Amino acid sequence: MSDMSSTMTPGSGPTEKLLFHEAQDYHPANGTLLGFWVYLMSDCLIFACLFAAYGVLGREYAGGPTGAEVLELPTVALNTTLLLLSSITYGFAVLEMQRDRKNPMLLWLVITGLLGLGFLTVELREFAHLIAEGNGPQRSAFLTSFFSLVGTHGLHVTCGILWLIVLMVQVMKKGLIHANKRRLLCLSMFWHFLDVVWVGVFSFVYLMGVLP
Amino acid sequence: MSAHDELQHAHDDHGHDDLGIHATFRGYMTGFVLAVILTVIPFWLVMGHVVKDSAAAAVIILGLAAVQIVVHMIYFLHMNSKSEGGWNMLALVFTIVLVVITLSGSIWIMYHLNHNMMPLMDTSNLP
Repeated sequence: MSDMSSTMTPGSGPTEKLLFHEAQDYHPANGTLLGFWVYLMSDCLIFACLFAAYGVLGREYAGGPTGAEVLELPTVALNTTLLLLSSITYGFAVLEMQRDRKNPMLLWLVITGLLGLGFLTVELREFAHLIAEGNGPQRSAFLTSFFSLVGTHGLHVTCGILWLIVLMVQVMKKGLIHANKRRLLCLSMFWHFLDVVWVGVFSFVYLMGVLP
Repeated sequence: MSAHDELQHAHDDHGHDDLGIHATFRGYMTGFVLAVILTVIPFWLVMGHVVKDSAAAAVIILGLAAVQIVVHMIYFLHMNSKSEGGWNMLALVFTIVLVVITLSGSIWIMYHLNHNMMPLMDTSNLP
Protein backbone atom coordinates (compact mmCIF):
# COMPACT_ATOMS: atom_id res chain seq x y z
CA MET A 1 0.00 0.00 0.00
CA SER A 2 2.83 2.41 0.77
CA ASP A 3 4.60 1.90 -2.58
CA MET A 4 1.29 2.57 -4.29
CA SER A 5 0.76 5.89 -2.56
CA SER A 6 4.32 7.01 -3.33
CA THR A 7 3.72 6.60 -7.07
CA MET A 8 0.47 8.56 -6.98
CA THR A 9 0.52 12.33 -7.12
CA PRO A 10 -1.40 13.93 -4.29
CA GLY A 11 -4.50 16.00 -4.98
CA SER A 12 -5.63 13.98 -7.97
CA GLY A 13 -9.33 13.96 -7.09
CA PRO A 14 -11.05 10.56 -6.84
CA THR A 15 -7.78 8.64 -6.70
CA GLU A 16 -6.78 10.50 -3.58
CA LYS A 17 -10.13 9.80 -2.00
CA LEU A 18 -9.71 6.11 -2.78
CA LEU A 19 -6.24 6.07 -1.25
CA PHE A 20 -7.65 7.56 1.92
CA HIS A 21 -9.90 4.56 2.32
CA GLU A 22 -7.28 2.03 1.27
CA ALA A 23 -4.80 3.34 3.79
CA GLN A 24 -7.53 2.66 6.40
CA ASP A 25 -7.04 5.99 8.05
CA TYR A 26 -9.58 6.90 10.70
CA HIS A 27 -12.88 7.38 8.95
CA PRO A 28 -15.81 8.15 11.23
CA ALA A 29 -18.92 6.19 10.37
CA ASN A 30 -21.03 9.22 11.24
CA GLY A 31 -19.17 12.43 11.89
CA THR A 32 -22.43 14.25 12.61
CA LEU A 33 -23.11 12.22 15.73
CA LEU A 34 -19.58 12.81 17.04
CA GLY A 35 -19.88 16.54 16.31
CA PHE A 36 -23.24 16.64 18.06
CA TRP A 37 -21.74 14.85 21.03
CA VAL A 38 -19.03 17.55 21.23
CA TYR A 39 -21.80 20.20 21.18
CA LEU A 40 -23.57 18.38 24.03
CA MET A 41 -20.34 18.38 26.02
CA SER A 42 -20.07 22.17 25.57
CA ASP A 43 -23.66 22.42 26.77
CA CYS A 44 -22.65 20.32 29.73
CA LEU A 45 -20.07 22.98 30.63
CA ILE A 46 -22.77 25.70 30.60
CA PHE A 47 -24.77 23.62 33.05
CA ALA A 48 -21.63 23.00 35.15
CA CYS A 49 -21.21 26.79 35.52
CA LEU A 50 -24.87 27.20 36.50
CA PHE A 51 -24.57 24.33 38.99
CA ALA A 52 -21.42 25.94 40.42
CA ALA A 53 -23.26 29.28 40.76
CA TYR A 54 -26.11 27.51 42.54
CA GLY A 55 -23.64 25.67 44.76
CA VAL A 56 -22.09 28.99 45.80
CA LEU A 57 -25.29 31.07 46.09
CA GLY A 58 -27.91 28.44 46.92
CA ARG A 59 -27.87 29.14 50.65
CA GLU A 60 -27.79 32.97 50.45
CA TYR A 61 -31.39 33.79 51.28
CA ALA A 62 -31.04 37.56 51.99
CA GLY A 63 -33.88 37.32 54.51
CA GLY A 64 -36.09 35.68 51.88
CA PRO A 65 -37.52 32.17 51.87
CA THR A 66 -35.31 29.11 52.17
CA GLY A 67 -35.32 26.16 49.81
CA ALA A 68 -37.25 24.10 52.33
CA GLU A 69 -39.98 26.77 52.36
CA VAL A 70 -40.53 27.22 48.62
CA LEU A 71 -39.52 23.93 46.94
CA GLU A 72 -42.33 21.37 46.70
CA LEU A 73 -41.08 17.82 46.38
CA PRO A 74 -44.36 16.20 45.18
CA THR A 75 -44.34 18.60 42.19
CA VAL A 76 -40.74 17.66 41.42
CA ALA A 77 -41.51 13.96 41.74
CA LEU A 78 -44.27 14.42 39.13
CA ASN A 79 -41.90 16.40 36.88
CA THR A 80 -39.17 13.80 37.18
CA THR A 81 -41.61 11.01 36.33
CA LEU A 82 -42.77 12.84 33.19
CA LEU A 83 -39.22 13.47 31.96
CA LEU A 84 -38.04 9.92 32.68
CA LEU A 85 -41.07 8.50 30.86
CA SER A 86 -40.40 10.79 27.89
CA SER A 87 -36.85 9.40 27.74
CA ILE A 88 -38.03 5.80 27.46
CA THR A 89 -40.74 6.68 24.91
CA TYR A 90 -38.09 8.37 22.76
CA GLY A 91 -36.12 5.13 23.08
CA PHE A 92 -39.15 3.22 21.75
CA ALA A 93 -39.31 5.68 18.83
CA VAL A 94 -35.64 4.92 18.01
CA LEU A 95 -36.42 1.17 18.11
CA GLU A 96 -39.27 1.67 15.61
CA MET A 97 -36.97 3.83 13.48
CA GLN A 98 -34.45 0.97 13.30
CA ARG A 99 -37.22 -1.28 12.00
CA ASP A 100 -38.23 1.40 9.44
CA ARG A 101 -41.76 1.56 10.82
CA LYS A 102 -42.72 5.18 10.23
CA ASN A 103 -46.16 5.50 11.79
CA PRO A 104 -45.46 3.70 15.10
CA MET A 105 -42.33 5.84 15.38
CA LEU A 106 -44.32 9.04 14.84
CA LEU A 107 -46.80 7.90 17.49
CA TRP A 108 -44.00 7.42 20.05
CA LEU A 109 -42.60 10.85 19.11
CA VAL A 110 -46.02 12.43 19.73
CA ILE A 111 -46.20 10.75 23.15
CA THR A 112 -42.65 11.95 23.91
CA GLY A 113 -43.58 15.51 22.94
CA LEU A 114 -46.71 15.44 25.09
CA LEU A 115 -44.74 14.19 28.10
CA GLY A 116 -42.21 16.98 27.47
CA LEU A 117 -45.05 19.51 27.33
CA GLY A 118 -46.41 18.11 30.59
CA PHE A 119 -43.00 18.60 32.18
CA LEU A 120 -42.84 22.21 30.94
CA THR A 121 -46.37 22.95 32.15
CA VAL A 122 -45.63 21.70 35.66
CA GLU A 123 -42.38 23.67 35.75
CA LEU A 124 -43.93 26.92 34.46
CA ARG A 125 -46.77 26.62 36.99
CA GLU A 126 -44.15 26.24 39.72
CA PHE A 127 -42.34 29.36 38.45
CA ALA A 128 -45.59 31.34 38.18
CA HIS A 129 -46.54 30.32 41.70
CA LEU A 130 -43.15 31.43 43.07
CA ILE A 131 -43.27 34.78 41.25
CA ALA A 132 -46.87 35.43 42.31
CA GLU A 133 -45.81 35.03 45.95
CA GLY A 134 -43.05 37.62 45.48
CA ASN A 135 -40.33 34.99 45.34
CA GLY A 136 -39.13 35.81 41.82
CA PRO A 137 -35.51 35.69 40.68
CA GLN A 138 -34.87 39.19 42.07
CA ARG A 139 -35.76 38.20 45.65
CA SER A 140 -32.43 36.64 46.73
CA ALA A 141 -29.21 35.14 45.39
CA PHE A 142 -30.67 31.69 46.06
CA LEU A 143 -33.71 32.39 43.88
CA THR A 144 -31.59 34.03 41.14
CA SER A 145 -29.37 30.97 40.82
CA PHE A 146 -32.39 28.67 41.13
CA PHE A 147 -34.30 30.37 38.28
CA SER A 148 -31.16 30.55 36.11
CA LEU A 149 -30.33 26.85 36.45
CA VAL A 150 -33.83 25.37 36.31
CA GLY A 151 -34.94 27.93 33.71
CA THR A 152 -32.03 27.12 31.39
CA HIS A 153 -32.94 23.45 31.57
CA GLY A 154 -36.56 24.33 30.84
CA LEU A 155 -35.43 26.40 27.85
CA HIS A 156 -33.54 23.38 26.53
CA VAL A 157 -36.66 21.23 26.88
CA THR A 158 -38.65 23.90 25.00
CA CYS A 159 -36.10 23.85 22.15
CA GLY A 160 -36.18 20.05 22.18
CA ILE A 161 -39.97 20.06 21.73
CA LEU A 162 -39.78 22.57 18.84
CA TRP A 163 -37.08 20.43 17.21
CA LEU A 164 -39.24 17.34 17.73
CA ILE A 165 -42.18 18.99 15.93
CA VAL A 166 -39.97 20.09 13.01
CA LEU A 167 -38.55 16.57 12.71
CA MET A 168 -41.99 14.98 12.76
CA VAL A 169 -43.01 17.23 9.85
CA GLN A 170 -39.83 16.27 7.97
CA VAL A 171 -40.41 12.55 8.53
CA MET A 172 -44.05 12.91 7.40
CA LYS A 173 -42.95 14.70 4.22
CA LYS A 174 -39.80 12.76 3.25
CA GLY A 175 -40.18 9.49 5.15
CA LEU A 176 -37.48 7.65 7.07
CA ILE A 177 -34.58 8.61 4.81
CA HIS A 178 -31.00 8.33 6.03
CA ALA A 179 -30.70 12.07 6.78
CA ASN A 180 -33.86 12.01 8.89
CA LYS A 181 -32.62 8.98 10.82
CA ARG A 182 -29.39 10.84 11.57
CA ARG A 183 -31.39 13.85 12.81
CA LEU A 184 -33.60 11.63 14.94
CA LEU A 185 -30.50 10.14 16.57
CA CYS A 186 -29.11 13.63 17.27
CA LEU A 187 -32.36 14.65 18.94
CA SER A 188 -32.33 11.35 20.84
CA MET A 189 -28.93 12.25 22.31
CA PHE A 190 -30.19 15.78 23.12
CA TRP A 191 -33.31 14.44 24.83
CA HIS A 192 -31.49 11.82 26.93
CA PHE A 193 -28.84 14.40 27.79
CA LEU A 194 -31.55 16.69 29.19
CA ASP A 195 -32.65 13.82 31.40
CA VAL A 196 -29.06 13.45 32.64
CA VAL A 197 -28.97 17.16 33.53
CA TRP A 198 -32.35 16.85 35.27
CA VAL A 199 -30.91 14.07 37.48
CA GLY A 200 -28.38 16.65 38.67
CA VAL A 201 -31.10 19.30 39.12
CA PHE A 202 -33.51 17.24 41.21
CA SER A 203 -30.68 15.82 43.33
CA PHE A 204 -28.58 18.94 43.87
CA VAL A 205 -31.25 21.67 43.82
CA TYR A 206 -34.46 20.11 45.06
CA LEU A 207 -33.59 17.13 47.27
CA MET A 208 -30.50 18.72 48.85
CA GLY A 209 -32.24 22.13 48.93
CA VAL A 210 -34.95 20.97 51.31
CA LEU A 211 -32.55 19.25 53.71
CA PRO A 212 -32.40 21.07 57.06
CA MET B 1 -11.16 -1.05 -4.84
CA SER B 2 -11.59 -4.40 -3.15
CA ALA B 3 -10.25 -3.00 0.11
CA HIS B 4 -12.76 -0.18 -0.11
CA ASP B 5 -15.60 -2.61 -0.67
CA GLU B 6 -14.47 -4.67 2.25
CA LEU B 7 -14.40 -1.63 4.51
CA GLN B 8 -17.82 -0.55 3.31
CA HIS B 9 -19.07 -4.05 3.95
CA ALA B 10 -17.65 -4.00 7.46
CA HIS B 11 -19.66 -0.84 8.15
CA ASP B 12 -22.81 -2.31 6.71
CA ASP B 13 -22.44 -5.35 8.94
CA HIS B 14 -23.52 -3.10 11.79
CA GLY B 15 -26.89 -2.96 10.04
CA HIS B 16 -29.32 -0.11 10.71
CA ASP B 17 -28.31 2.03 7.73
CA ASP B 18 -24.76 2.60 9.02
CA LEU B 19 -25.93 4.86 11.83
CA GLY B 20 -23.54 3.39 14.34
CA ILE B 21 -25.77 2.56 17.31
CA HIS B 22 -27.42 -0.66 18.40
CA ALA B 23 -30.52 0.29 20.35
CA THR B 24 -32.31 -2.68 21.86
CA PHE B 25 -35.57 -2.96 23.77
CA ARG B 26 -33.76 -4.89 26.47
CA GLY B 27 -31.14 -2.13 26.85
CA TYR B 28 -33.72 0.65 27.13
CA MET B 29 -35.82 -1.28 29.65
CA THR B 30 -32.77 -2.13 31.78
CA GLY B 31 -31.80 1.55 31.81
CA PHE B 32 -35.35 2.65 32.59
CA VAL B 33 -35.85 0.23 35.50
CA LEU B 34 -32.46 1.15 37.00
CA ALA B 35 -33.23 4.88 36.58
CA VAL B 36 -36.61 4.48 38.32
CA ILE B 37 -35.01 2.64 41.25
CA LEU B 38 -32.22 5.22 41.51
CA THR B 39 -34.80 8.05 41.47
CA VAL B 40 -37.28 6.55 43.94
CA ILE B 41 -34.63 5.86 46.61
CA PRO B 42 -33.42 9.49 47.09
CA PHE B 43 -37.00 10.89 46.95
CA TRP B 44 -38.06 8.31 49.56
CA LEU B 45 -35.03 9.16 51.74
CA VAL B 46 -35.85 12.89 51.76
CA MET B 47 -39.67 12.88 51.71
CA GLY B 48 -39.90 10.16 54.34
CA HIS B 49 -37.22 11.81 56.55
CA VAL B 50 -35.42 8.47 56.64
CA VAL B 51 -31.91 9.84 57.20
CA LYS B 52 -31.79 12.38 60.03
CA ASP B 53 -28.25 13.66 59.37
CA SER B 54 -28.27 16.23 56.53
CA ALA B 55 -24.64 15.66 55.54
CA ALA B 56 -25.12 11.89 55.30
CA ALA B 57 -28.33 12.36 53.27
CA ALA B 58 -26.51 14.77 50.90
CA VAL B 59 -23.71 12.26 50.30
CA ILE B 60 -26.21 9.46 49.59
CA ILE B 61 -28.24 11.68 47.20
CA LEU B 62 -25.14 12.78 45.25
CA GLY B 63 -23.84 9.19 45.12
CA LEU B 64 -27.13 7.87 43.73
CA ALA B 65 -27.24 10.76 41.21
CA ALA B 66 -23.73 9.89 40.00
CA VAL B 67 -24.71 6.23 39.55
CA GLN B 68 -27.88 7.23 37.72
CA ILE B 69 -25.93 9.50 35.35
CA VAL B 70 -23.66 6.57 34.47
CA VAL B 71 -26.75 4.38 33.88
CA HIS B 72 -28.21 7.00 31.50
CA MET B 73 -24.88 7.31 29.69
CA ILE B 74 -24.61 3.56 29.08
CA TYR B 75 -28.21 2.55 28.36
CA PHE B 76 -29.75 5.70 26.83
CA LEU B 77 -26.80 7.55 25.28
CA HIS B 78 -25.12 4.28 24.16
CA MET B 79 -21.73 5.37 25.44
CA ASN B 80 -18.87 2.93 25.27
CA SER B 81 -15.14 3.16 24.64
CA LYS B 82 -15.44 1.77 21.09
CA SER B 83 -18.10 4.01 19.49
CA GLU B 84 -16.80 6.69 17.09
CA GLY B 85 -13.31 5.23 17.40
CA GLY B 86 -13.22 6.27 21.07
CA TRP B 87 -13.46 9.98 20.26
CA ASN B 88 -16.72 10.62 22.04
CA MET B 89 -15.38 8.88 25.14
CA LEU B 90 -12.34 11.17 24.96
CA ALA B 91 -14.59 14.25 24.71
CA LEU B 92 -16.62 12.96 27.66
CA VAL B 93 -13.55 12.40 29.84
CA PHE B 94 -12.24 15.89 28.99
CA THR B 95 -15.63 17.40 29.87
CA ILE B 96 -15.83 15.50 33.16
CA VAL B 97 -12.39 16.85 34.12
CA LEU B 98 -13.53 20.43 33.37
CA VAL B 99 -16.83 19.94 35.21
CA VAL B 100 -15.11 18.59 38.30
CA ILE B 101 -12.64 21.49 38.31
CA THR B 102 -15.44 24.05 37.80
CA LEU B 103 -17.72 22.63 40.49
CA SER B 104 -15.25 21.69 43.20
CA GLY B 105 -13.04 24.74 42.54
CA SER B 106 -15.92 27.25 42.67
CA ILE B 107 -17.48 25.79 45.77
CA TRP B 108 -14.17 25.40 47.58
CA ILE B 109 -12.90 28.91 46.79
CA MET B 110 -16.21 30.67 47.43
CA TYR B 111 -16.73 28.81 50.69
CA HIS B 112 -13.40 30.12 51.96
CA LEU B 113 -14.06 33.63 50.60
CA ASN B 114 -17.44 33.70 52.33
CA HIS B 115 -15.83 32.47 55.50
CA ASN B 116 -13.22 35.23 55.44
CA MET B 117 -15.76 37.93 54.55
CA MET B 118 -18.06 37.11 57.44
CA PRO B 119 -16.66 39.52 60.10
CA LEU B 120 -17.18 42.47 57.74
CA MET B 121 -20.84 41.65 57.35
CA ASP B 122 -21.37 41.90 61.09
CA THR B 123 -22.47 45.51 61.69
CA SER B 124 -21.34 45.48 65.34
CA ASN B 125 -17.75 45.30 64.09
CA LEU B 126 -18.12 48.47 62.03
CA PRO B 127 -16.89 51.77 63.49
